[in-house]
Parts: sequence; structure tokens; C-alpha cells
Amino acid sequence: MTAPATDRPDVRGVDTPAGTPQRRPRRSGALVLRYVVLALLTLVFVAPLLFMLVTSFKTRVEAGGIPPSWIPDPFTLQAYQSIFGSAATPVLRWFANSMLAAAAHAALVVTTAALAAYPLARMRFRGKNFVFGIIVATLFVPPVILIIPNYLIVGELRWLNTLIAVIVPTAASAFGVFFLRQFFLGIPVELEEAARIDGAGRLRIFWQIVLPLSRPALVTLAMLSFLTNWNDFLWPVYVLFSPENQTLPAGLSTLQSANAVRYDLLMAGAVVASLPVLILFVFAQRFIIEGVSRSGVKG
Amino acid sequence: MSTSAATRSEGTPISGSVVPVGTGRRRPARRGGGVDRAGITPWLFLAPFLALFLTFVIAPAVLGAWISLHQWDYTLPGKPFVGLENYALLFDPSSITFDAFWESMRATAIFTVFSVPLLLVVPLLVALLMNQAFPGRNLFRAAFFAPYVLGVAVIGVLWRYLLDANIGLVNYYLGLLGLPDDTAWTTSTPAVWVTLVGVTVWWTLGFNAVIYLAGLQDISKELYEAARVDGANSWQQFWNVTFPGLKPVLSFVTLVTIIASANMFGQSYIMTEGGPGTATRTAIYQIAESGLRNYRMGEAAAMSYVLTFFLVLLSLGVVMLFRERKG
Repeated sequence: MTAPATDRPDVRGVDTPAGTPQRRPRRSGALVLRYVVLALLTLVFVAPLLFMLVTSFKTRVEAGGIPPSWIPDPFTLQAYQSIFGSAATPVLRWFANSMLAAAAHAALVVTTAALAAYPLARMRFRGKNFVFGIIVATLFVPPVILIIPNYLIVGELRWLNTLIAVIVPTAASAFGVFFLRQFFLGIPVELEEAARIDGAGRLRIFWQIVLPLSRPALVTLAMLSFLTNWNDFLWPVYVLFSPENQTLPAGLSTLQSANAVRYDLLMAGAVVASLPVLILFVFAQRFIIEGVSRSGVKG
Repeated sequence: MSTSAATRSEGTPISGSVVPVGTGRRRPARRGGGVDRAGITPWLFLAPFLALFLTFVIAPAVLGAWISLHQWDYTLPGKPFVGLENYALLFDPSSITFDAFWESMRATAIFTVFSVPLLLVVPLLVALLMNQAFPGRNLFRAAFFAPYVLGVAVIGVLWRYLLDANIGLVNYYLGLLGLPDDTAWTTSTPAVWVTLVGVTVWWTLGFNAVIYLAGLQDISKELYEAARVDGANSWQQFWNVTFPGLKPVLSFVTLVTIIASANMFGQSYIMTEGGPGTATRTAIYQIAESGLRNYRMGEAAAMSYVLTFFLVLLSLGVVMLFRERKG
């Protein structure tokens, strides 16, 4: 089964000059080699994640023991019970915070970016090129110069140490506008023109024609925004101070300071922080990977 | 293509502008005061985004420059104007800030120099390995990409455990192979650099590989066929077909990777805590600590502009490099 799928040289074997017959065995050797290399690589990528999961079900002693074990003995949920019940490191609260923040952030990004991308793709108005130019230009502004002033702005708005601070300021997504504008440009304009002749307004056309046709792009942008926000680290570490207001990544850092070598607890926390995005990844792999790869081809 | 689409969609051209042939189907709307019908609509669509964009992107970009000209302590009422003093301090070897800042720039430079080449080459090799239909390809691709979706906090906490000098998995297996098994991966130089670079490659390899893979698949199969007809071997095919075809993607990946590496923060914050000493405290780490922990925001803002200056130079260099080779 496997050989014919990749073994293309058959065709050439017919008319290639003498001297090439050794190619066939070399090709299938290459195929085996390819699988060996890929399998080893997979091991390198998956084994650490597996070990994280395994360790989260170990006792404190076993997690810190040598040699490392791949099957917890005894299997225990102690680590989870311990981090879920702690007031200094309320992991479940962090989980809820992260869920709320990432979902709200993704919704805000998709809504504002889609609304902004539509006139930039479909309407003609004074200042359009200027606005679009500025938005694209900020794609190249290193985020580092925004950190200090944004802290002050968020402080002025009285948002420090609240979830709003991690939901709103990063939601002005220049990438989102650019990405959706490109997608809207690819939608046949005739559909909209027909609706306009029937007297539909811009908002109705946007809502009833453009958005439904753009579902894949909207889902991709939502996924990427959710992921980015869920994993964001530097900003939450500095703008969320109280334990109960932290998101999971900032919380993991707190958990680590509080339990330096309690690896059972740390791995349980890491699993809690990983599961939602891994599940999302399994179900929406296409959207995520294609969203990422398209961003590269476009650039 | 973009302009024609935009033009065609516009039924009511702004008065006075030239109407391209084929779009004159609709009569230009005549309204009292000559206000174009599209006049306010696009801005209503843009308003929510622009509100966020002006508040959290444009305003801070300007405000940052203003802050950098002041002695700006978040906790103090007075914020005296000091002109370029914050910048002068960064270039005055006798100031304390000088050492802290340039050590952090050095850490950033070391990390960037070692991580970028690996992050350009290794993912390319992986992508080449996967650039053919074979059973299980999507599964492999997903496995390599998986660490990237986890985020730096999880990756950092996990690898700090795996690289623990005493009970870590890595040292244990190195010992089994007869290699030194007592390397302090997270607390001694130069091992910390191997840790930071290695973990970063492990974490983001899939991201770059996926972009390369998309680029590879955009290269026409016919070009390979033609090269093969001409008798080109695999190596010649790579240099004459793959490499030129991949150039736009390569320049994108180079740029993104350099910027990401120059902004490295989380790996160091979690795995090495900037140590040993401040050896792995990167520039962005230093900026965040100066500005947001010690509230010396004027200084920190000045640092961020200096860092940005170097980033811009570097980016321009990359752009020039790829442009020159094209010609």
C-alpha cells in the first residue's frame, strides 16, 4: 500500500537510459529512511508532552524520583486536588479567567476586524488608502515599544489587575484586518451587487452575504486569536497582580515560584493549561495550520 | 486585482473622480450638499476597530516617545522633563543603566545569533522531508506543530523539569548513553544558552516548517519535471528549483524569526529566571523589569526605542539581502 503512493519513478523506469536501475531500490530505501527520521522526530516532539501528562498523575515522591518512570505507580489525582484546592494558586479560577479572556478577546478581534476589513475591501472613500496603509504599517511596529505606554493607558483606564487589561488592548489586530480584507476581495462582487439592486443596505449585505461566505476565514482568525491570547505571557505577568485575577500562563509562573521542585503540581498545572488548546488543535487543526501557513505565503 | 475589485464594488463614486469604464451602470447619487452616500458608512464600519487601534497602537507609539523624554516614575506625582537624558544614560558607560541595558542587549544578541540559523534550517529540512504525499503526513505535521499551540509558559515549566540537573529526564538519559549527566542546564553558562536555544527550536520548529511546507507546495511540479528531464539530480533540483521558488517565503520566515528571537522573554523568565546572575536577562526582559517592576518608565521607554532601532536596522538588512539576491 505504502510504496506505490510515493514511488513515482516507475514511469521514468520505462524510458530512462541505462545506469538508473539502481534508483528504484535506493528510492524505497529513502522511503524507509524518511519514516525512521519522521518517527524519531515525532518521539522528540511527543515524548516530553506525554511525560508531562504522566507526571501529573504521580505522587510527589515519584515525580521527583530517579530513574524517571513512564507509568505512574501508584496512579493518583493528588496533584490536581492539591492545586485545585489552594487559595494562593487557584488553578481552576485561572482556567476560568483564561477561558473568558481568550473567548472575549477572539470575539472582539473578529468583530472589529471584520467590520473594518469590509469597507477597506469594498467601498471607496476618501482616506481609505491612508487608513489601510497605516494599519499595514503597524504590522511592522515591534510590540516592545507599546508595552510601557500601554501600561500607563491601561492604568489611566483603571484596568490594571482586571481581565479587561488582557482582553481589550491587544484586540486591535492589524493582521486580522489585513487577513480578512484579502479574503473579502476574493468573494465575487456580483453577489453583493445583486443584493444592492434589490435594495439591501451595506450592513445587511455584510451580515447576510459577506459574513456567511467568509466563515472559514472568520473561524481561522478566531482560532488564532484565541490561541494567542490563551498563551500570552509577558503582558499578563505584569498587569495582573492578584492571584485570583491571573490567567493560566501567568499563574503557572506563580505556581512555579510557590512550588519550586513540586514537579507533580507543576505538571498538573501545565496539563490544565494545555488541554483546552490541544483539544482545540485536534479538532481545528486544518484551520490553525492553514491560517499560519497562509500568513507566510501572503507575506 | 485589489484595486479593480474595490472599484467595481463601488456603485456611487466620489463626485469628481473618474468613473472607470464598466462601472457607470449606476447613476452617481446627487445629494444636497454633495455628500457622497458612502461618506459616513465606511467610517461607521471602521469605528470600533479604529477606536481600539488609536487607543492601544497609535497613541502608545507616540506616548512612548514622550515618556522617554521624562523621568517618569509611575508611583510619583511629578514627572520632570529631562530631554534626551534617558538616552544619554544608555550610552554613558559610567551609569548603572548602561551595564544593565547593554548586558541585556548582549543576551538578546547571543540568543538571536544562535537560534535564528537553526530555526531557518531545521524546519526547512523537516518541510522538505514532508513535501511529498505519503500516508500519515498530516499526522506527523500535527505532531511537530503541537508544541507551538501550547505557549511559552507550559513549555518553560515542562522543560525546566526535564532539564533539572538532578532528577531531570534529559540528564538521566544522557547518563545512560555514557555522556555527562550532571549538566546544570538552567543555572550555568554556557549550558543555559543551549537550553534556551534548544527549547525554542523544539517549541517553534513546527510553525516555521508549516510555512515552508505551504511555500514548497506552491512551487510548480512542472518545474521539477523539467529539471529531471534535463538530468538534474536532487541536489541540483534543490538549488535551481526549490530554493529560488522558496525565496519569498524564506524572506518572510527570516524576518519573522529574527523579530521573534529578538523579543525572547518567556523562555528566559521561566526556565532560567534571567540567570545565572543576569546572563540570560534579555532586552525585553530588562525593559519590562525596569519599567513595570521598578517603575522607571522613562528609562525603559528609551530602551525600547533603542532596541526598536536595532530591530529596524536588522529588518532592513534582511529585506535588502533578499532583494539584492533576486536581481
